[in-house]
Amino acid sequence: MNKDNNIKINGAEIILKCLEEENVDTIFGYPGGAVLPLYDALYKNKNIRHILTRHEQGAGHAADGYARVTGRTGVAFATSGPGATNLVTAIATAQMDSIPLVCITGQVARHYLGKQSFQESNIVDIVKPITKYSYQIKNVEELATEIKKAFRIAGTGRKGPVLIDVPKDITVDKAIFEYPVEVNYKVEKWGESEHTYQLVAKELMDCKKPLIFIGGGAQDASDEVKELAERLKSPVTYSLMGKGVLSDKHPLNIGMIGMHGTGAANYAVSECDLMFAIGVRFDDRQTGDEINFAKNAKIIHLDIDKKEFNKNIRGHIHLHDDSAIGLFKLLKVMKEENYNHQKAWLDQIETWKVNHPLVYLKSGMIKPQEAIEAINVASEGKAYVTTEVGQHQMWSAQYYEAASARHFITSGGLGTMGFGLPAAMGVQLGKEGELVVAIAGDGSIQMNIQELMTISANNMPIKIVLLNNKSLGMVRQWQKMFFEERYSCTLFKDLDQPDFVMLANAYGIKARRISERADLIAEMTAAFKEDGPQFIEVVVDSEENVFPMVPAGAANDRMIFE
Amino acid sequence: MKMTGAEALLKILEGYGVKHIFGYPGGAVLPLYDAILNNPNIEHILVRSEQAGAHAAAAYGKYIGQSGVCIGTSGPGATNLVTGIANAYMDSIPLLAITGQVDSSFIGRDAFQEADITGITMPIVKHNYLVKDPKKLVDIIYDAWHIANTGRKGPVLIDIPRNVFEATVDFEPRTDLVKIKGYKPTYEGHQSQIKKAVKMINSSFKPLLLVGGGVNFSKAEKEVVEFVEKYNIPMATTLMGIGTYDETKDLALGMIGMHGMPYANYAVHHCDLLIAVGTRFGDRATGSLSKFAKDAKIIHIDIDPAEIGKNVLIDLPIVGDAKSVLSEILLGIEIVERNEWLEKIIELKSRNRMLLHKTALNPQLIIQKLGDMARDDILIATDVGQHQMFAAQYFKFSQENSLYTSGGLGTMGFGLPAAEGVALAAGGKKQVFCITGDGSFQMNMAEMATIVEHNLPVKILLLNNSSLCLVKQLQHFQCDKRFSEVSFTGNPDFSAMARSYPNMTAYRIENEDEIESVLKEAMSHNGPSLIECIISDENLVYPIVPAKKGLAEMIGVEKW
Amino acid sequence: MKYTLSVLVENRPGVLTRIAGLFARRGYNIDSLTVGRTEDERYSRMTIVVDGGQDIVEQVAKQLHKLIDVIKVNDITEVPHVERELVFIQVKSDSNNRGEIMDLLKIFRGRVVDLSKNSMIVETTGDCGKIDAIINALSPYGIKEVVRTGKIGLIRGDGRKN
Ligand SMILES: Cc1ncc(C[n+]2csc(CCOP(=O)(O)OP(=O)(O)O)c2C)c(N)n1
Ligand SMILES: Cc1ncc(C[n+]2csc(CCOP(=O)(O)OP(=O)(O)O)c2C)c(N)n1
Ligand SMILES: [Mg+2]
Repeated sequence: MNKDNNIKINGAEIILKCLEEENVDTIFGYPGGAVLPLYDALYKNKNIRHILTRHEQGAGHAADGYARVTGRTGVAFATSGPGATNLVTAIATAQMDSIPLVCITGQVARHYLGKQSFQESNIVDIVKPITKYSYQIKNVEELATEIKKAFRIAGTGRKGPVLIDVPKDITVDKAIFEYPVEVNYKVEKWGESEHTYQLVAKELMDCKKPLIFIGGGAQDASDEVKELAERLKSPVTYSLMGKGVLSDKHPLNIGMIGMHGTGAANYAVSECDLMFAIGVRFDDRQTGDEINFAKNAKIIHLDIDKKEFNKNIRGHIHLHDDSAIGLFKLLKVMKEENYNHQKAWLDQIETWKVNHPLVYLKSGMIKPQEAIEAINVASEGKAYVTTEVGQHQMWSAQYYEAASARHFITSGGLGTMGFGLPAAMGVQLGKEGELVVAIAGDGSIQMNIQELMTISANNMPIKIVLLNNKSLGMVRQWQKMFFEERYSCTLFKDLDQPDFVMLANAYGIKARRISERADLIAEMTAAFKEDGPQFIEVVVDSEENVFPMVPAGAANDRMIFE
Repeated sequence: MKMTGAEALLKILEGYGVKHIFGYPGGAVLPLYDAILNNPNIEHILVRSEQAGAHAAAAYGKYIGQSGVCIGTSGPGATNLVTGIANAYMDSIPLLAITGQVDSSFIGRDAFQEADITGITMPIVKHNYLVKDPKKLVDIIYDAWHIANTGRKGPVLIDIPRNVFEATVDFEPRTDLVKIKGYKPTYEGHQSQIKKAVKMINSSFKPLLLVGGGVNFSKAEKEVVEFVEKYNIPMATTLMGIGTYDETKDLALGMIGMHGMPYANYAVHHCDLLIAVGTRFGDRATGSLSKFAKDAKIIHIDIDPAEIGKNVLIDLPIVGDAKSVLSEILLGIEIVERNEWLEKIIELKSRNRMLLHKTALNPQLIIQKLGDMARDDILIATDVGQHQMFAAQYFKFSQENSLYTSGGLGTMGFGLPAAEGVALAAGGKKQVFCITGDGSFQMNMAEMATIVEHNLPVKILLLNNSSLCLVKQLQHFQCDKRFSEVSFTGNPDFSAMARSYPNMTAYRIENEDEIESVLKEAMSHNGPSLIECIISDENLVYPIVPAKKGLAEMIGVEKW
Repeated sequence: MKYTLSVLVENRPGVLTRIAGLFARRGYNIDSLTVGRTEDERYSRMTIVVDGGQDIVEQVAKQLHKLIDVIKVNDITEVPHVERELVFIQVKSDSNNRGEIMDLLKIFRGRVVDLSKNSMIVETTGDCGKIDAIINALSPYGIKEVVRTGKIGLIRGDGRKN
């Protein structure tokens, strides 16, 4: 027990004490009536930094970005009613990508509950489908325990968002602060035996054409993944969420799988005789037609969440384990010398790579892909990148060379436009002194454009690269390919958009526009070298499409290349 | 007729006279957007985020008197609607929200951009549907529309999987009345209750009519006028009831409540009969319940039986539609001499004012001037904060249905998209002023792009105090002036920001003598503009009914 | 005091969630809730027992009625009606006391539905008072587990208030 001399403090102070116990140093939030006592406690607190965003959604995504890049639980505060509902998209985004997040929302005082009182909304029920856990505090005595529990739930097993709703009167009520050592939360047990891993090792030995497939669940297992791949000499593909776990420059990395995956990766899926899937959930964007997915392969599925087994794809061996620990155990039982017989398979992969590289035509206007390649150059491969959602996201996934894990931050499962800019704030604060690049599309950036102010006011040195194709490009692409070019509501005329450079300037952010190929690398490099936030608008060809593409529902090897 | 589900949806909406819908495309709604492109009768307004779409559609719906329509794609598009839906729910605004959903075969498998939006919105909709069977689509749309637009209005959401949009359905326009077994709102008041009400009113010496948002929705403004002008019954409103009766008239007392007009609050305290119509007695309006109208008998007229007796003890409940019940009562009541009471009202009005601390440029004054210049011509949308309360107190609304504000949820970010929706609904014929604060404005400022795209006559009156001043005010009183996270260390250069949108004009008001000329200039052309007023962060909204106090226990009232 | 509501609802997925959500949202306490199909397969009938004052129950009834899927709400507390509940009780027993327990069961018209070496499961139906009584009577032997279905009720005859 961690007792503080029997001094009673109020609920708001208890909350902050709990956060300190959890080593929280940064919170993102927005004040309001129901969280007044909480903000009053913050005022007096010296240990926790609060970042005032310009919209609660921004706070939610920023906390999420912070969590993605640090691996620790992100924290967001919002007031009752609209403050809480404004968090919903951010919570759903974190849920789909299994990101640990604790949201603390104010609520009307207990005697106002259930009466449609001013700024009352039943946020606990609203977020039930999109959180790991959501709970309304009943009295000040249980507050510390429940917050501890919230952090436990968010941060263990398969991680995810948790919401704790605190009625205002409870933040005023007093109690003695005691941070419990243990809380009553049944964590699902995982961990496979050495014997099981010996079986896996044997499968790996027996196969001829292995393919390692990594997802977001492997973000903490990069060393193990690398060692496994190198010892097996197995090619590695990844889902959007698994990007960076193995460096994109690694020779065994054959690029992303799925709808906009590389030719080599998608052909390898169809041809491999063994797929070792680590921390992936076989989302429809990865698998395409499920019946034909890896149809020649034995699938070994390693995941910390039992519910993922057989959910979308039937696996042959299920390893219910933490990915890093599981791989560690596997590596221990693997016999070194036996795994050196995949030459033909690697040759085949090489042929696919040569025959189906990622390509685009460098003529006419600047191509969006070029801009991403310019980021590779200007950042010297060191940047933490966030993206929004759309074509630019897919090009970033295809062309950005992520150096290591947690360097590519994107909304994978929910595909939330408006995620990238606020997430970059969390990333920057989580990695102070590092280069952070927020890659955005002109549609997405408008969704949380107000956060430019938070960036500017806190002088976060984020480099925002806007690929302006004057359209909701990804939707336009679908309309081009599947709706006979009937472009409905996806093209912006000049009058329909702000002048982004002027707009950034209005926020006090230095901005430049690049429209000439010849300037691209030099300007990008110059901007990255400057201090403080920078806004770089690249005017790109709006006709460009993302290829290869597996049409929705088709098998992965049915790619369209142009 | 055979057509796709998407086409049938649009056909039904057309049948209800829908002219505009607000939305944002995405994968799951692609078939709907394809149908929209081919539909000559419905114009789609591309907002810049779905949240704005929901707010715009709600305000649009309130203006035209039937539900507005908004669209979001599956996943984030749908979750972005949540605040707008919750807002409409709290203020009983009719709204039809259409969300795309992943293919039925993928539902429940955490597919790409799948969110359980019917589960999420369950606590904040009047009703919602997930359409799994294309054969049921048509009936569900009719039912949904009916539910949103009848009884106590509210938001209804229909979640439609992509394959249902694409499926071929049989569509015949329905002409019969929609009937739903579990749903039969009561419109006519009970005769014996009405008789009792008439008796109570006729024998009351000090009656007061209290009007809520329900009167707006039932279009009972004419009946209210008759109550006041023919039968000399003074009236007050809740925030949502503003814009039912000309506030410049003698017997109109304006808004009651936490920041109500002092004399309106006193009148509630002094009356012997409170005739409350279409109000839910929200805590912001009533102050301490035990002290609310404690010398009065209360008649409560509401279409929602669940509201009756929920917060306040009622002497005579009448369940029914405001217009129908009021007109029935009007048939029975008599003109009664109540000079004493009317004199009292006039006296209350002339002797009590809101305390006003003089600052270099008082926002109250700006709003008052705007009212004096244009109250009969312009419509007002507000955001949430001090500026909202000043607008409710100082503008003095004279036209029906002229205020668009977020009452129950108090949603910052409502104002600009609401102004956009109202401007479209009014066919560009009325200028719409969005009275906003620097905090609220930033929440949905991206809508400037939509406003510019359609060249809507929206004037953004930005009262910039570089702070979240209403919260600052709370900290002033409740936290001993410890101001925590309410001052913006940086704000954008709002004029420059506005100018970065093509065809957006920007003005600035820095002192009192500029108010009139700048407002005039802004109103002289019809295009969109932003008028930034540089004001102090030391203003306080008065009066204040402190927590747990009764309406008559206000602070911040100046006696004359 | 306990009130019994008989609620006719559409037989559709999600209806139960809506009703449970309503109770949670407004902080009402449900004592028991049962659902089953009616003679007409389009509808289900729920029997809900709520604990609270008259005013609370009135609000519950009104709020329930507001749900579109709810067709009819009857407060049958004061209306002559039949009510029953079914219970399974797993009670410790061995050859020594088995006979004794059987005798007890006769009084309550219970029956044994499962028997093992050191426990048995007994079943009985009745109104809530009777169920409580049998549980009390069996508890000295050591009760291992109890499941109650919750109350179901139907208005008698022409169903007027007495
Ligand atoms: C909140 C939200 N609404 C709608 C969508 C559907 N959607 C996916 S990509 C896209 C277009 C994105 O446009 P932009 O940000 O300009 O990127 P681009 O594709 O042009 O690179 C849209 C509308 C979404 N993912 N998120
Ligand atoms: C979405 C949302 N978040 C938080 C609040 C709490 N809140 C109420 S008023 C207010 C300040 C509003 O500031 P501003 O728009 O600048 O108006 P001012 O009070 O300064 O006139 C805040 C933060 C809210 N109502 N809505
Ligand atoms: Mg302000």
